[in-house]
Amino acid sequence: MRYLPHTPEDVDAMLKAVGADSVDDLFESIPVDCRRKHPLRLPESLSEWELNDHIDTLGADMAVSPDYRIFMGAGSYAHHIPAVVSYLLGRSEFATAYTPYQPEMSQGTLQAIFEYQTLTARLLGMKVANASQYDGASALAEAVLMAMRISRRKKQVAVSRAIHPHYRRVLETYLAPTDYEIVPLPYLPGGVTDLDPLDTMDDLAAVAVQSPNFFGCIENIETAAQRAHDKQALCIAAFSEPLAYGLLKNPGSQGADIACGEGQSMGIAPSFGGPALGMFATRMKYVRSMPGRIVGQTVDTDGRRGFVLTLATREQHIRREKATSNICTNNSLCALAAAMYMATLGKTGIRELARLNYDRCEYLKAELRDAGFTLPFEQSTFNEFVVDFGKNFEKTHSRLAADNIIAGLSLEKYYPELSGHYLLCVTEMLTKDDIDRLVSAVR
Amino acid sequence: MTEYPGTTGLILNEPLLWEKGKQGRSGFSLPRRDVAPQPLSETLAGDGPDFPQLSEVDVVRHYTRLSQWNFGVDTGMYPLGSCTMKYNPKTNERQAAQPGLARAHPMLDDDLCQGSLLLMYDLERFLVEITGMDAATLQPAAGAHGELAGMLIFYAYHKSRNAPRSKIIVPDTAHGTNPASAALCGYRPVPIKSSDQGVLTPEAVAAVMDEQTAGIMVTNPNTLGLFEENIRKIADIVHAKGGLVYGDGANMNAIMGIVHMGQIGIDVLHLNLHKTFSTPHGGGGPGAGPVCVLKHLEPFLPVPRVIKENGRYRLSEDFEYSIGRLHAFYGNVGVLVKAYSYILSMGAENLKKASQLAVLNANYIKERLKDTFHLAYDRPCMHECVFSDKLQQPYKVTTLDIVKRLMDYGFHPPTIYFPLVVPGALMIEPTETEAKEDIDLFIESLKSIAAEARDNPELLHAAPTGCRRKRLDETTAARKPILTG
Ligand SMILES: Cc1ncc(COP(=O)(O)O)c(C=O)c1O
Repeated sequence: MRYLPHTPEDVDAMLKAVGADSVDDLFESIPVDCRRKHPLRLPESLSEWELNDHIDTLGADMAVSPDYRIFMGAGSYAHHIPAVVSYLLGRSEFATAYTPYQPEMSQGTLQAIFEYQTLTARLLGMKVANASQYDGASALAEAVLMAMRISRRKKQVAVSRAIHPHYRRVLETYLAPTDYEIVPLPYLPGGVTDLDPLDTMDDLAAVAVQSPNFFGCIENIETAAQRAHDKQALCIAAFSEPLAYGLLKNPGSQGADIACGEGQSMGIAPSFGGPALGMFATRMKYVRSMPGRIVGQTVDTDGRRGFVLTLATREQHIRREKATSNICTNNSLCALAAAMYMATLGKTGIRELARLNYDRCEYLKAELRDAGFTLPFEQSTFNEFVVDFGKNFEKTHSRLAADNIIAGLSLEKYYPELSGHYLLCVTEMLTKDDIDRLVSAVR
Repeated sequence: MTEYPGTTGLILNEPLLWEKGKQGRSGFSLPRRDVAPQPLSETLAGDGPDFPQLSEVDVVRHYTRLSQWNFGVDTGMYPLGSCTMKYNPKTNERQAAQPGLARAHPMLDDDLCQGSLLLMYDLERFLVEITGMDAATLQPAAGAHGELAGMLIFYAYHKSRNAPRSKIIVPDTAHGTNPASAALCGYRPVPIKSSDQGVLTPEAVAAVMDEQTAGIMVTNPNTLGLFEENIRKIADIVHAKGGLVYGDGANMNAIMGIVHMGQIGIDVLHLNLHKTFSTPHGGGGPGAGPVCVLKHLEPFLPVPRVIKENGRYRLSEDFEYSIGRLHAFYGNVGVLVKAYSYILSMGAENLKKASQLAVLNANYIKERLKDTFHLAYDRPCMHECVFSDKLQQPYKVTTLDIVKRLMDYGFHPPTIYFPLVVPGALMIEPTETEAKEDIDLFIESLKSIAAEARDNPELLHAAPTGCRRKRLDETTAARKPILTG
């Protein structure tokens, strides 16, 4: 096996040094009744050629671009990944390192993550960001736990029903063993969250909204933050499409206390939903309650600038059960991909790209309206929107799929009241021609 | 004279991203604009983030230089204890980047995703076979996420029996994530001490186990690199009082094909694919922390689960007792592809051989260094061995000094000051992919450092001198945090 370097002579020499007669002797401390009686039953080992063939066969059994035109987002977005990002991310000094516990040997990772934190904070309009969470869903769950800690005794969290249904489900899982109560906030006919139920809540620790929300609608975070602050509660602004903030007002400037969400859009391949990137940012005054790793700037003994993991007294390896989170390994390399992506886009690139996404999506909306379909939510959207295709659309959806067009996600499973409604998504990966093809097919 | 790998290379300076660039530059190729700009309400529009403005070359040089300040497994030996820094096969990267898998959208109909679903289904089966457990979930994104899944299963199990519990037994050798994960489920960790042999005793467990205790979290092999040989008796004690046994399988690399985890009393077990199954750690993740359970806990596994029916695969959420969802989609599937590829490349025999060689390497280091450094527990070890700085203390040299000096010799330091039960711990895990020559050089380096500690301790206090930066001031970093630029 090419990964195992030992020759028989090596093994003999090492056994001799250890004072053992055989490799089996080394396992004598394992009681007999703990040992396997039979060898493992696994497929016979594959050569590299065989493995390539096998994986290619699996890959061929997947509907992906360019063969398919996929008008679906719902938390996972197809964006162009510049060759630069894939190439640089593959540098094995980054990819094959561990968490930077030894800063002198990890300055590359550390500076890169410091830069990621900075670009993330700028994107979201916040003061400080952590080095990543697992994904958008766990980022939201940790944000709620953090808000609960900050509020000390309060027990309620108001959660918009227009937040990604999977994120809400993960939040429920995280909160199941606690005595915190999740109060759902309905959405209004216009497609944004109804904040009025907050008025009657008297034990409110936080309000969580997503913008753009699951329907693509842009929420008014400013109002949500005001209403939350009126109740001495925190405002959590979640997101699944951070590219929106290349164009829209960011959560921080609107008063959000925690901004968290999914960063997969930022140079990370969809990969069937993971690995992706939990982005997490907050205000400076809450930094000591924040979960996750943080990189900080410092100096070495010669006074030169360098970077280290810092504020570790929040973390599990120091505080154990009193830590702000149990997270250890996060999604660091995905954060690095996002940093490379943001650096590649730059100030003008992100604006232009976000604008193009917006414009193409608006074009599809206009064409569908022209074709006679109803777009039930009037609120402005980014990249995604809901269309009422009618209750009998399922057959058309399947017919189009057979024709390699995926006409969005049926919302019925998540919102029974929205049967016949579909969530459509357009990014820069779909051209006007693709859009025209879709519209003429559904017409 | 021995030539150690450490040297000072051609390392170039590089500023922060925003200290470079010029107004008007961008490194991104935008698609052709084929639709007219559409109106956008002014109340919604923002200014856009103040990102640096760099050309493509700026970006490439920036990250290439940064990468050269880093040390990875591909650079050299990285014997970080408990982290299993084995070689990350390159073919696995190719497999995860396969366009059909890498571009796969997670919300398409099952019929359009059969390739990924098959892979996940089979990987679950492989992990079940390797551990000897009965069922698995691939959803947890890392070890700690797996622990949380496990603790939620404990919680759901006791709740289903209408007998919620409030405590959990956690040994003093446990990783910090164990008590932190338990606390997320409202369990108060009850610490117990390991014996002077470095393992748990049935007596210590019996003394604290009661009907208010949800169970125990056991890392096996433990973080001292020792097999918890009383595990079956301990499990019996816990089970007799209605508790469950959680296995932290972060150290599975020592026992693949050797120990049957399903028959030693463990009810729930997590694995770290970014350790045992060779997926690269990425400087802090992404990882994957699948959880395996015995049959009686299968109903509690997270949803969705992959099901096979008539040769086709589908996702199902139809599990009444499930703890729910832990990930926005199905976990870190790209990482799963790498672990799956690793298992297929290795096969049963080589997985076992990997464990045997990992244990051989660790015992070899232990034997050859035990006269140079104080060995915390002088007995045969599994995949790692734990020394301390006790013999160097008279020279006012600490574990930290020793490992900083090791950098100058060209090796990544071992894990230090963990496990907490060994003061000044030096925890060395070579893994099976290190060749004898490299291990010999590593041993010689440490012996040479021990001699320096005696003869010239200043060398250690000043170390490292060969890295781009000398020792960094972590105290000031925490006192006056600068967290963004
Ligand atoms: C023994 C042990 N348990 C749990 C963990 C946590 O795993 P992760 O970092 O993947 O969350 C680790 C790794 O650091 C470990 O060494």
